[in-house]
Amino acid sequence: MAAPGGWRARTGLAVALRSQRAARQQRTLQKPLPSEEPLRAALYVHWPYCQKRCSYCNFNKYIPRGLDEASMRSCLTQEARTLIQLSQVHRISSVFFGGGTPSLASPQTIAAVLETISRCAHLAADAEVTLEANPASAGASRLAEFRASGINRLSIGIQSLDDAELILLGRDHTAHEALGTLEEAKKLFPGRTSIDLIFGLPGQSVASWTKGLEELLQQCDDHVSLYQLTLERGTSLFRQVQQGSVPAPKQEVVAEMYEVAREMLRDTGYRQYEVSNFARNGALSAHNLSYWQGSQYIGIGPGAHGRFVPRAQGENLREARIQTLEPDSWMKEVQAFGHGTRKRAAQGELEVLEEVLVLGLRTDVGIAHQHWLQFAPSLSLWDVFGTSVEVKELEDQGLLLLDNRGLRCSWKGLAVLDSLLLTLLNQLQQSWADRTAHGT
Amino acid sequence: MLSLAPRAAGGWARLPSACGAAAVLRPSPWVEKSPADHAAFTRPCSSQKKVTRVCVRNGYSFGRLDLLGRRGSPLAHASVFCPFNLPKYKGKLDMSLFPVENIRNFSIIAHVDHGKSTLADRLLEITGTIAKTDQNKQVLDKLQVERERGITVKAQTASLFYNYEGINYLLNLIDTPGHVDFSYEVSRSLSACQGVILVVDANEGIQAQTMANFYLAFEAQLAIIPVINKIDLKNADPERVEKQIEKLFDLSKEECIRISAKLGTNVEKVLQEVIEKVPPYAGQVGYLIAGMKEVTEAQIGDTLYLHKQPVEPLPGFKSAKPMVFAGMYPVDQSEYNNLKSAIEKLTLNDSSVTIHRDSSLALGAGWRLGFLGLLHLEVFNQRLEQEYNASVILTAPTVPYKAVLSSPKLIKEHRKEEITIINPAEFPDKFSVSEYLEPIVLGTVITPDEYIGKIITLCQARRAVQKDMVYIDEHRVMLKYIFPLNEILVDFYDALKSHSSGYASFDYEDAGYQTADLVKMDILLNGNSVEELGTVVHKDKAYAVGKAMCERLKDAIPRQLFEIAIQATLGSKVIARETVKAYRKNVLAKCYGGDITRKMKLLKRQAEGKKKMRKIGNVEVPKDAFISVLKRQSEK
Repeated sequence: MAAPGGWRARTGLAVALRSQRAARQQRTLQKPLPSEEPLRAALYVHWPYCQKRCSYCNFNKYIPRGLDEASMRSCLTQEARTLIQLSQVHRISSVFFGGGTPSLASPQTIAAVLETISRCAHLAADAEVTLEANPASAGASRLAEFRASGINRLSIGIQSLDDAELILLGRDHTAHEALGTLEEAKKLFPGRTSIDLIFGLPGQSVASWTKGLEELLQQCDDHVSLYQLTLERGTSLFRQVQQGSVPAPKQEVVAEMYEVAREMLRDTGYRQYEVSNFARNGALSAHNLSYWQGSQYIGIGPGAHGRFVPRAQGENLREARIQTLEPDSWMKEVQAFGHGTRKRAAQGELEVLEEVLVLGLRTDVGIAHQHWLQFAPSLSLWDVFGTSVEVKELEDQGLLLLDNRGLRCSWKGLAVLDSLLLTLLNQLQQSWADRTAHGT
Repeated sequence: MLSLAPRAAGGWARLPSACGAAAVLRPSPWVEKSPADHAAFTRPCSSQKKVTRVCVRNGYSFGRLDLLGRRGSPLAHASVFCPFNLPKYKGKLDMSLFPVENIRNFSIIAHVDHGKSTLADRLLEITGTIAKTDQNKQVLDKLQVERERGITVKAQTASLFYNYEGINYLLNLIDTPGHVDFSYEVSRSLSACQGVILVVDANEGIQAQTMANFYLAFEAQLAIIPVINKIDLKNADPERVEKQIEKLFDLSKEECIRISAKLGTNVEKVLQEVIEKVPPYAGQVGYLIAGMKEVTEAQIGDTLYLHKQPVEPLPGFKSAKPMVFAGMYPVDQSEYNNLKSAIEKLTLNDSSVTIHRDSSLALGAGWRLGFLGLLHLEVFNQRLEQEYNASVILTAPTVPYKAVLSSPKLIKEHRKEEITIINPAEFPDKFSVSEYLEPIVLGTVITPDEYIGKIITLCQARRAVQKDMVYIDEHRVMLKYIFPLNEILVDFYDALKSHSSGYASFDYEDAGYQTADLVKMDILLNGNSVEELGTVVHKDKAYAVGKAMCERLKDAIPRQLFEIAIQATLGSKVIARETVKAYRKNVLAKCYGGDITRKMKLLKRQAEGKKKMRKIGNVEVPKDAFISVLKRQSEK
C-alpha cells in the first residue's frame, strides 16, 4: 500500500487530468462520424474479487486470500496500455469498472487505471466513468474518494428491499444499508446514480415485487436496471432449485412481474431504452449503450471480454477477445507479455452484423438504417428483411417494425425478443448467403 | 465364392455373425485352406450319398435346388463345413470313424435362467471339448446381448466326443434360445435333433417357457430327457418339480435326472441318457458356405443335393412371420448410410427381421422393421448399438392389423379383400370395411396362487379372455388367456412381474386374428393434422392413448409466440386436449460485454434448431417432440 500522502498526490493529478480533458472536450463535442468509429472504443475494467459469493452469480469472481493490490493495479494499468496501443484508438469514450466487486478496489487503483487510460488515449473530462458498487463496501467517505479518483457514475447493486430475499441471494448487506448507500450516492453523483434490482426470485410474488419497486421508485435517481433472475448452472441457488429446497420461479409469474414493472416505470417517467434498463432526464448509460450499438470495446482484467480491431498488428477484422480468467495466471501473463489475452477470434462481416442485430434490437430505438449501413454498406435492412414473409408475419403480429427509421421491436415485441431473433438471424444468414452467391 | 476365407480371424472364417461358435471350441484348420481343400470336404457326404439336412446357421442359407440349377451353379461351388472337431487325417476329418449309429443330435431347452447354458458348459467340459476352468460361463452365448441378459438368441452348436461302454460317440449339441420370440431358431434347431434335454429349475419349477418348449419338442416327436437342475439350492424341491413334470408332461418321476449343473452333480448321467434315449440319425449338423450373393436367395428349410443328382426335397420350415413392427431412424440423417449397412449386416445374421424402407416427415428416411416379438426387437436394437455402434430412434411398436374390405373399389385396388395395415396412414375408413382384425396370442401365465386375483385383473384390463386355469401343483397355477397382441407389446411383462413380486412367468404363441373395434386417431396442432402421429387404436383404449400423447407433446413442444392447441381426435370428435401457452417473456435479462459471446452462441444454436423444426401449420415442432411421442417408452 502506498503512503496516504502518495495517494493524495495522485488524486491531485487525477483532478488536474480531468480539467485537461475538459479543455480537449471542447474540440470534440460533436457526435463522431462513422469514419471516426475505428478511432474510439469503450473500455471495461474487470475487478475479479468479492468479499462473499452471491448465491445466483456465475460471473468470473474470486474470494481473495492475501490480495496483492499493488500488483493487481500495475497489471491492470499495464494491460490497459498494451491493449489501447494495440487497438490504436485515439479516444476512450467511456470506462466501466465491473466485477466482482470493484468498490472493494482502493480508489487509488481506480485512479491509477484512469490515469493510464488518459495517457494512452483521449479520455474526455465528461466521459462516463462508472463504478459498480456494493452497499456493504460503499460508505459515504469511500464514495467520495471514488469520485475524487475520477468516477462520475455509480451503479449500486441494491437487488432487493426485502431482507429475506437478500439472504436468499447471499448478499452481504441489508435493505436499510442499501438505501443508506443510495442516499449518499445521490448526493455525490446526482443524476448519475443507477440501481440494480433482481426479480423473479424463488417464492417472490407479483405483489411483493411491485411493493418493493414502488418504494424504490420514490427514492431512486434517474437510472434503474431490472434483471430477471437467471438460474445459472454451478450457482448455489441453481442447486437449491434443482434439489427442490426452494421453489422454481414460474414463467407466467415472472412475465407478469416484468410487464407490471415496465408499466410502472413508464408511468413514473422512465424511458425503457433497453430490455432491462430505464432512464429519465436523459440519464442513459453511455457505456452500456455502446455495447448495444455494436461499438468497439476493450476489456482489461481477468476474464474481461473485448471487441476491437488490433490495428497495430495491421489487422482489419474485429476480434472477439477474452482475457485469462484466473487472476493469478492473468497477472503472470500480463507481467510476462504485457497483456493476458487468452483467446482471440477474428469476426467475419456476417458475425459482426449478427451481433449488431441481436444487440441493437435490445434498445427501444432499435437499429437505424444509417447505423446498419455503417456495418453493411451494401446490404440494407430493407434488402435483408424487406421481403421476408416470416418477418412480415412478426410485423403483422405487432411485434416488430421495419419503417423509414429502421428496424425495432414494439413494446410487446421487446419482451419476446429472443423468439424474434431466431427468425431474424436466419433471415440475415439467408440474405447474406444469397448476396454472396450472386456476387454483389 | 468362398470369399470368406480372407476374412478368417483367429483360425476360423467369420461371417459378420457369430459363426465362430466352433472357433472357441476348437479352431478348425481347414477353413483357411483354398477352395480345393474345401471341396475335399464334400467327400464324406458324397460317399455316403445321403442328403444332409443342413441346420442352417446364422440365417445364412443356400440356394434352392431349382435356383441353383437355373443359375448353373453346381453344388460343387458350395462346400460343406463341419464345425466339429472330428478325428482328422492329414488335417482332414474322417467321418467314416463315426458310423451313423454312434451319432446323436440333441438340444437343451429350458425356461430362462433354469441353467441351460451352465449345463452346456459342463457337458463341454466333461467331454474335453473345452478345458475345465472357472471362466466357463455361458460359453456358447457369444453375443454381448446374450451374456448381459443371460439369454441365448442364436442357436449354437458344439460337437462332443464321448466314450461310453467302449464306443466312441459323436454328440452334436445344439444350444437353443428359450424365448418364444426366437422359437424359429428353436424349431430350426429341433428339426436337426432327435432328442432334447428339458431342464427345469428345482426351485422355480415349470415355467411358461418350459411349457412352450416342451410342446415344440413334443410335437416334433423328439425323445425328451427331463432334468431337474439346481438341486444344490437351499430351497430346491425336486419332488414337487417331478410331480409337475408328471402331471403336465406325462413323464414318469423315474425318468427325471436330478442334477446340479453348477457343481457337475449327475451331469455324466445326462450324457449317458442322451446316448441311451436319443435315437441315432443319419445326418450331420453344421453349416456350409455357398457362393451366394443375396440373402434373399437363402431360405430357411432348403434341401441341398449334389449337382445333377436331385432328390425329393425335405419338408420345409414355416418362414418366420413378423408380429411386431417398429420404425427405425438414424438419430442424425447423415448417419443413414452407416445405419443402413449395419442393419443389412445384422439381418444377414438374423433373416427373420423384415425390412421396408420408410420415411417420416419428422424423422427423415428410415425403415419399418418387422420382428418376431418384443424381445426380438429389443435384442435387435441392442445388437445394433453394441455390435455396430449405431444409435437409432426406435418408434413405439405396432402390430399388423387387418381390414376386410367391403368397398368394391378398394378390393379392386388392392386385388384382395383382406389387407394388412402396417402404416396408420393406410387405414381404410369404416365405411369401406366390413370388419377390422387384430392379431391375438395365446398367453400362458404360471404363478404362485396368491397372485391370481391381481393377475386376472391385469389381464382383463388388457382385454384378455381367459381360456384355461389349472393348478400344476398345490400352490402354482397355470392360466391361459387370449390376448390382443398389442396389449402385451409395451409393458405387460413388467406389470405382470410387479403384480406378482417377480414370481409369475409369461409366454405366448401366435393365435391368429380376431375381430376388433379399431379406430384411427389423429393428432392435431392448432387444427392441423400431424400425419406421422396418426395411430390405429382399439376404441376402448383411444382416450387413454390420446391423452398420453397430448401430454407428452405438451411437454415437448416449446412455447411459441402464440397459444398452441394439441388435440387427439377420432374423426371430428376431440377426445383429448392440452394447451401450450404463448410466450409472454422470452428475452435475456443481462447482455453486456461478457454476456454477448455466450448469448450469440445460444441464439445461433437455437436459430439452427429452428430451421430443422417441422412446421405444422404455423406451429414449429422440434424433432425431439416427435421422438418423445413416437419413441418406445421404456418405463411406465
